[in-house]
Amino acid sequence: MSDFDTEFFNIGYLDTLAYKETFVHRLNPGIKLIVTLAFIISVVSFPKYEIKGMLPFFLFPVFIISAGDIPLRVILKKLMVVSPFVLFVGIFNPLLDTRTMYSLYGVEISGGWISFASIVVKFLLTVSSALLLVATTSFPGICFALDRLKVPRIFVVQLLFLYRYIFVLLEEALRIVRARNMRSFGKKGRGIRSFTNIVGVLLVRSIERSERIYQAICSRGFDGRIRLIKDFRLRFTDIVFATVAIAAFIIFRSYDVTEMLGRVFST
Amino acid sequence: MSHHIIEFKDVHFSYPDGTEALRGVSFRITHGESVGIVGANGAGKTTLILHMNGYLMPRKGEVRIGDVQLNRTTRADIRKKVGIVFQNPDDQLFMPTVFDDVAFGPLNLGLSKEAVIERVHNALARVDALGLKDKPPHHLSLGQKRSVSIATVLAMQPDILVMDEPAANLDPRSRRQLISLLNEFKHSKIIASHDLDLILDVCERCLVIGNGRVMADGPAEDILINESLLKENSLELPLSKSRSRVSTFDICS
Amino acid sequence: MHMSDALLSPSVGTAFWAGSMGAVAYCAKRLRQNMDEKLIPLMGILGAFIFAAQMINFTIPGTGSSGHIGGGMILAILLGPYAGFITIASVLLVQSLFFADGGILALGCNIWNLGVFPAFIAYPYIFKPLVRNRRTPGRITVASVVSVVAALQMGALGVVIETLLSGKTELPFGTFSAMMLPIHLAIGLVEGFITAGLVNYVGNARPEIIESAFNSRPVAYTASIKGLLLTLGLVALITGGVFSWFASTHPDGLEWSLEKVYGKTELPAPERGLIPLLGRIQEKTAILPDYDFRSRSETTEGKTGDRWPAPGTGTSASGIIGSMIVMGMVFLIGFGIRSAKKIRDRKEFKSRV
Repeated sequence: MSDFDTEFFNIGYLDTLAYKETFVHRLNPGIKLIVTLAFIISVVSFPKYEIKGMLPFFLFPVFIISAGDIPLRVILKKLMVVSPFVLFVGIFNPLLDTRTMYSLYGVEISGGWISFASIVVKFLLTVSSALLLVATTSFPGICFALDRLKVPRIFVVQLLFLYRYIFVLLEEALRIVRARNMRSFGKKGRGIRSFTNIVGVLLVRSIERSERIYQAICSRGFDGRIRLIKDFRLRFTDIVFATVAIAAFIIFRSYDVTEMLGRVFST
Repeated sequence: MSHHIIEFKDVHFSYPDGTEALRGVSFRITHGESVGIVGANGAGKTTLILHMNGYLMPRKGEVRIGDVQLNRTTRADIRKKVGIVFQNPDDQLFMPTVFDDVAFGPLNLGLSKEAVIERVHNALARVDALGLKDKPPHHLSLGQKRSVSIATVLAMQPDILVMDEPAANLDPRSRRQLISLLNEFKHSKIIASHDLDLILDVCERCLVIGNGRVMADGPAEDILINESLLKENSLELPLSKSRSRVSTFDICS
Repeated sequence: MHMSDALLSPSVGTAFWAGSMGAVAYCAKRLRQNMDEKLIPLMGILGAFIFAAQMINFTIPGTGSSGHIGGGMILAILLGPYAGFITIASVLLVQSLFFADGGILALGCNIWNLGVFPAFIAYPYIFKPLVRNRRTPGRITVASVVSVVAALQMGALGVVIETLLSGKTELPFGTFSAMMLPIHLAIGLVEGFITAGLVNYVGNARPEIIESAFNSRPVAYTASIKGLLLTLGLVALITGGVFSWFASTHPDGLEWSLEKVYGKTELPAPERGLIPLLGRIQEKTAILPDYDFRSRSETTEGKTGDRWPAPGTGTSASGIIGSMIVMGMVFLIGFGIRSAKKIRDRKEFKSRV
């Protein structure tokens, strides 16, 4: 299988996870979106040299993974793929900030390593929470939540179209790439010129497809306004989930729970 | 009920690049008829269909749906009466879930939320796809997509049902299910297809289109056994009509 | 290069969110006023197209490594600045969710870097004037390459500035830009030629599409774009200011940059001496020290150099023990939920059998 095939199945897999039936999946998408945002803001608001204070926040992704039946492997793999940029920027901290911050049983730890570790922890928490949001919420659900949150309708609608056609166009691209790979050997046939031709074919076909879709839209009474049926009931569990989660974030953010536990157990 | 009539009078159409797609098409389809439209690739079938709800407008001639002549002001109303199921279900199903897609048309009719939901349920039940309600289209099989496409149009409760290649790429069983589904509809039906056996199973009447003109118009049973007429239009006898000949061939060889 | 949540501070993140959402709202309004219905499906499809195209790798000439396109400029060219911008924004939104590229908070920055620059600066002020009315393949190539390179340079600079404003790295401005800009120059050149190739390809295959993209969506209202840019800058500045004021009156670790900008005058002078003292007293007397006090003392204490949490082995030992306990608990809770579910599933299975 080519990289493309693998990548294609990975995205499809993440999308399939979103249609499971668990407690987490059944939560209101808007609530999940807001809770995730609150989580991310709480995490990134920790100061540069903080590590232990953020650890209780791992409870949230771990809870979602286990209650939502999400394979840990999938999330870890994705984290690996996107980590290079953050690691690249972060790794300069230990190089540039070498003053000793802690000395632990004779080992001196510089501020740079602490702030680097802090960046890594923030990265793990924020990225996994975003991935878990899509893995537990159908994308249309997220779009309708955005609509509810007063994001302009045209943005929401073309986002719905975008999601709908990602999979269709990926399949089309997959067929084209397979055809290319079957007739290209080694690096030949994969340069910019042939790439442009392949993608050009895909682009023209996409534009033609959008014309056919427009015909289909028109023939179903489209008059320039897009109407959506929004079923946006908040159930009791949604409110409980949001309250508990956000209260926990506030407590974890304002009190260093880790330190407290450490003191209790070390005295 | 006169509004179930479709009438083309000497319709001409050419595309912006100059291709003449229709060169004087005339026919009249009345209430409850089921009509097959056959013809070679590029004969003008799809162009013809796009005229039936005013996506394309005739350059010359006129199209009447019921008592209404098609023009820019009547176009919106005509689209509510003529439901078109397009060839590729991926083009037809443009919303991210089956429910939203089937609800799209009824919502545009200005119905209340309850009425829309009821229509969606009924339409999906009719094509036996209620269980797919919350699925995204890319998780469906082609046969399921085809059923849902038909439901999207049924939910609008059109007077006339038009389909472009409904059986393309279907496996034999899905095709069989489609045919029995189509036979249940008491609407006026217009089906454009290369699948002459399907036309023979579903339609009483058949139009042969070639070169932008109507080459033949008559009972499907008569037209689809006229070998020379079909050959002239790059078509072949339906399998069910040619089977006997094939077997004699086998014996001879 | 996508900006990442982990490198951002909340005030920088929200400021750019506000700016980008403002731009989306403005574009939506403009599109509503002058709606071309065909544009809605075209926007969605071209957005999906960018994904599909990104999945196809090509060999970068001279290096042998493979790359993929970003696509901001091609969307601006085919859809015009307003629809193009909205489409870029939604591509980035989906990327942040499905590919974990960037992050949800960083989305504002990424929309700004990869959307505002190509759609509202590179397209109207570079691409359009260079192409003017003579749409020869040569002109289109030059215009595409120059505008893509410019847009990507601005975007890279955006990443640098946003990262430094957030103050989570030690990288100095000069070094960081010296690393980012040349890389993006190379990326820009490749992407520029690809963009040109694609525009010319569509121009050959379906000339009327390019024709209508150029004609029906003229950027005659550059004045309105100028207004938009001004407003956006203002919105971002105000949000950033307001948020950082909140941040600095609250116990969070402060924004180093904004602290520098506004000085420390916001905090009443007497508190400066009092709070570290209170903090120290509390640390010594209470088993559960209030985190707020300590962190405020850190930040009020000084400038860039000496924002150090009070060092001491006592704190770090309890910190490490606490960390181990917390991680152990997190693990146990996760494991507990999993096994509870498994037991329940098994029971259900048995009862069904």
